Amino acid sequence: MIVATERLLNSPADLARLREEAAARGKPTGTVISLCRGGGCEVKGSGRLFAALQGAVEEVRAGGKDVQLKRIGCHGFCEIGPILIVHPGNILYCNVQEADVPEIVRETILGGRAVARLLYADPDTGKSVATSQEIPFYRRQTRFVLRYNGFIDPTSIDDYIAMGGYAALAKALTEMTPEQIIKEVELSGLRGRGGGGFPTGRKWRTCRDAHGDVRYVICNGDEGDPGAFMDRSVMEDVPHSVIEGMIIGAFAIGSHQGFIYVRNEYPLAVVRLRQAIEDAHRYGLLGEDILGSGFSFDIRINRGGGAFVCGESTALMASLEGKVGEPRAKYVHTVEVGLHGKPTTLNNVETWANVPYIITNGAKAFASVGTEGSKGTKVFSLVGKITNTGLVEVPMGMSLREIVCDIGGGVPGGRKLKAVQTGGPSGGCIPESLLDTPVDFDALTKLGSMMGSGGLIVMDEDTCMVGVARYFLDFLVKESCGKCTACREGVAQALHVLERICAGKGQPGDVELLLELCDILEVAALCGLGNTACNPIRSTIHYFRKEYDEHILERHCPAHECRGLFKFQIVAEKCKGCGLCKKECPEKIITGERKQAHVIEAAKCTRCGKCYEVCPFSAVAKV
Amino acid sequence: MPTKTAKPDYRAAADAVVARYGRDPDFLIPMLQDLQSENEHVPPEAMKRLAEVLDVPLSRIYSVATFYTTFSLTPRGKHLITLCVGTVCYLKGAKAVAEAIQGRLKIEPGGTTEDRLFTYQPVNCLGACALAPVLMIDEKYYGKVTPAQVPEILAEYGAKEKP
Repeated sequence: MIVATERLLNSPADLARLREEAAARGKPTGTVISLCRGGGCEVKGSGRLFAALQGAVEEVRAGGKDVQLKRIGCHGFCEIGPILIVHPGNILYCNVQEADVPEIVRETILGGRAVARLLYADPDTGKSVATSQEIPFYRRQTRFVLRYNGFIDPTSIDDYIAMGGYAALAKALTEMTPEQIIKEVELSGLRGRGGGGFPTGRKWRTCRDAHGDVRYVICNGDEGDPGAFMDRSVMEDVPHSVIEGMIIGAFAIGSHQGFIYVRNEYPLAVVRLRQAIEDAHRYGLLGEDILGSGFSFDIRINRGGGAFVCGESTALMASLEGKVGEPRAKYVHTVEVGLHGKPTTLNNVETWANVPYIITNGAKAFASVGTEGSKGTKVFSLVGKITNTGLVEVPMGMSLREIVCDIGGGVPGGRKLKAVQTGGPSGGCIPESLLDTPVDFDALTKLGSMMGSGGLIVMDEDTCMVGVARYFLDFLVKESCGKCTACREGVAQALHVLERICAGKGQPGDVELLLELCDILEVAALCGLGNTACNPIRSTIHYFRKEYDEHILERHCPAHECRGLFKFQIVAEKCKGCGLCKKECPEKIITGERKQAHVIEAAKCTRCGKCYEVCPFSAVAKV
Repeated sequence: MPTKTAKPDYRAAADAVVARYGRDPDFLIPMLQDLQSENEHVPPEAMKRLAEVLDVPLSRIYSVATFYTTFSLTPRGKHLITLCVGTVCYLKGAKAVAEAIQGRLKIEPGGTTEDRLFTYQPVNCLGACALAPVLMIDEKYYGKVTPAQVPEILAEYGAKEKP
């Protein structure tokens, strides 16, 4: 028996033995039902569903049937959640509700038949498909970082080890020197997944070569870009891959203390990481003398305070020191003078999670995927006006069109795709005409956007591009820390001008004024938040100048989004003459007899939109 | 649970968090986070006590406590309404939902209702974009929320009928 305080693994051989045991134990003998408990499915009620399944499974087991219920991390296809997978057969059920449980038990678990109505229907062929491999959303993906998603219980270190987890660490500690590890990461071509795309190997080398004997490694889990939830999924669903990557990095760099800085809005990620760290300690994979190699390393978790700017490396480090999250000028690099003035390597969650793959499979395998300048894969959260909302991992170099239209299923409701926004508030909008651009760091930058952490937000023809720029600038005004004048005043001034345009009070010359502000922000702001604030403005002006002009010169919003810049009109053919709009109109300017088409008196209309909201027949149109 | 009549001892609360993390100002943010979650706000008396014990200027503690949105210097309401106003929720109509909440409860972002029942906090992204617009009350999520559903949802938590 193992005493609780004693560590489980003292050598790579111990780890290999445990892997065999865990794999044998984890091998399903009967039926296994795996329920996705990722963020999307959780919101759709997979927690309650899990409880219902638990009860049902217990009953079936009491009857002598070998069946197991398993919780898995985000499976990716949030749109069709809650997702349930049944082995054997790898049958994928979508939109599963509590009411479906008895039928699943009766038909699938006891009867061995699929429940046809719960299968995914391919929108192209209309046919139902049983397994995830047959669904286009999954078929076109290449999964490095998310390779264990959907297979392991995020709370089980044994599951991770059984799949081959921590083998990279054992290899790094016993078969490789720090120099060889850095060389391997350099050769792989891995670039920072947080958005900037700085070569990871070069960062590690500079940090290792920096003066001083104390070094730190940090994992940036302050995923602040709205519409991006890739890092959240990695931290919640495969926390050990982040930890393993960090230990390998620390060994290569010569660090003994690491930090994971997790965004405040991600409480579950904190819980999962905390448990993963505890388990790793218990197994002897963290702490003193890891796997008997003599190398010691520990990790501390810090929760953010809800400040977007803390995703910036120097602000994050200030926050870790218990200070206000204000960035500093970076002419002295943090790899040389970082946290507490010591050499510090900061990488994003996804970057760390790529490291075990590179060490296990070699730089060559990793670099065989991707483009000339961007190797490997990238995880994106595919969101907005898109049919298949979810989390996808694709090889670098895949075109935006393939991601959005083939994997994402395009824009729903027959609407037209207008633009794809990448890079969060620091990125830009890429118009439909340029969707054939391959996704890599350099190609996106060339288009005036950036990779960012990986949010891909799809916008359709109902989205006002001036409004989008206004939205991001409003976001940045609230999140600007206020330290440097260029950002504090410049972003606020740009927002002021954009608000004026959206309110129909734009003046000729406003567009030029915005571009001038962009020039200043780009060179004068202290950190990336201010420097890149110009991206949403410039990209929308560059690709959608016509919309700006229409707002300013014609006082008209072509997307019918800016209130006051479009009119309401009753479509006579659709109007049933119910009189609801007439009753609700605060100006009492709608006329018409009962059961006759009504009319709005355009000259007196304040364009409040009340009639549009209340009409049960969608007979009020925006023109 | 403290009784309503006795005023809680916030100096003791500050001493308790210092005991947990040690007298190291590096841990100021975790300390304030604990104070916030245990007292529904960061009490000014506790900040003063922290300044004494950690031997740092009160201004530093005050600046940290007011910089991060997670901290509130006044007590929050019984229920926390978190509305996602991230890009996707914005595209899918979170603004109208925000207006409905603010109009219904007569509060501003970050504000607390007079009866201390609700605090309303818009946040940048809850990461549940598949269900935009997303509203969260305490721990419970509401997906694909429309302005018309807001009064109904708030009523679940005891919001009074329309004033």
